[in-house]
Amino acid sequence: MNHSPLHIVLSQADWLALFTHFLILSLLSIGGAITTAPEMQRYLVADNLWLTNAQFNSSIALAQAAPGPNVLFVALVGWNVGLNAGGGLGAGAAGWGWALAGMAVAMLGIMLPSTTLTFVAARWGHRNRDLRPVRAFKQGVAPIVIALLISTGWVLTAAHNHPAQDWRLWLLTVVTALLVWKTRIHLLWLLGAGALLGALGLV
Amino acid sequence: MSPLPAPDHPQPKSLRDLFMSFTLLALQGFGGVLAVVQRELVEKKQWLTREEFVEDWAVAQILPGPNVVNLSLMLGDRYFGLRGALVALAGMLTLPMLVVLAMAIVFAGIADVPAAQGALRGLGAVAAGLITATGLKLIAALKENVMGMRTCWAVAALTFVAIALLRVRLLWVLLVLGSVASLWAWRQIGALKVLGTQT
Repeated sequence: MNHSPLHIVLSQADWLALFTHFLILSLLSIGGAITTAPEMQRYLVADNLWLTNAQFNSSIALAQAAPGPNVLFVALVGWNVGLNAGGGLGAGAAGWGWALAGMAVAMLGIMLPSTTLTFVAARWGHRNRDLRPVRAFKQGVAPIVIALLISTGWVLTAAHNHPAQDWRLWLLTVVTALLVWKTRIHLLWLLGAGALLGALGLV
Repeated sequence: MSPLPAPDHPQPKSLRDLFMSFTLLALQGFGGVLAVVQRELVEKKQWLTREEFVEDWAVAQILPGPNVVNLSLMLGDRYFGLRGALVALAGMLTLPMLVVLAMAIVFAGIADVPAAQGALRGLGAVAAGLITATGLKLIAALKENVMGMRTCWAVAALTFVAIALLRVRLLWVLLVLGSVASLWAWRQIGALKVLGTQT
């Protein structure tokens, strides 16, 4: 990533198009920014060739491994587009500048519409929380939301679908879930253990 | 903002407390922050009850945008208004963004090392367990639900089958199951009211 694998030229119109694209994706990101990843990939990698597929995939993997909200993969995607446009970190200050600009454009674009909408809608909802429709909505959706969390765990685990080599990974997930559910063990111990087991090649 | 949670709730003491709390939450959240948010805000700091958490989480999830970011924005707004919302947002994103950037720059050099890939794999499995456990814990919040436990189980089971097994798009699940369940809850609230006025 220090030497950008792609050299692209982005005009002002291109930057504007990039920003607009993230603004639209923001409004479509129900369930989290990660749900727009396929569309983002199509636009940046397949249609415009502003990013390599490897850059896109490593942005997602790193953001998931790093602490913090998963939406930060968008920051890395923007960073990489900027790297490609500015010649990489090898190009010195200008390279850094373009990369940071890419990151800012992507993050502002993906955050601005959704946070504004959430701010207004949640305020209204909280002020009117005793209204029957508002109460009904929250009560009705509660079991769905809880099932979505359990489903997410399932989907992440099922992505590793070779029982012969992945059963230890599944076991680790199950043991983690039981420990967190039934004990008050600190979550960082579990994450550290997971990383260590993985680094040693045990899972 | 006048509507604060019940007065017996602990609350963030200041904007600085809010910023630090959300920064610390975010920095502990490998592979997603939700498990930590539930553990810290509901179980340790007790800014929210389990029931309130599920309700706020429902709103945060149904609106577009990253869910935990939406949740932090909503909570910040409730305690300190717009300033609180912005501070919570900044707490959730600023330091984690610098960390992920540093990791990207470092990882570019060691991406091919098997141990690094293995560690990522192990972290992923633990993260999946954390998310699952958060869901399991929140089942207890359904006891107070107006739809009744049996209906809640049915709705949750249908959601799991649709999303996890059939891979239906989230939007459809929310539109169809969400509408049906909300209508059912609406009816139940009405039934409770009638019962309440009769006695």
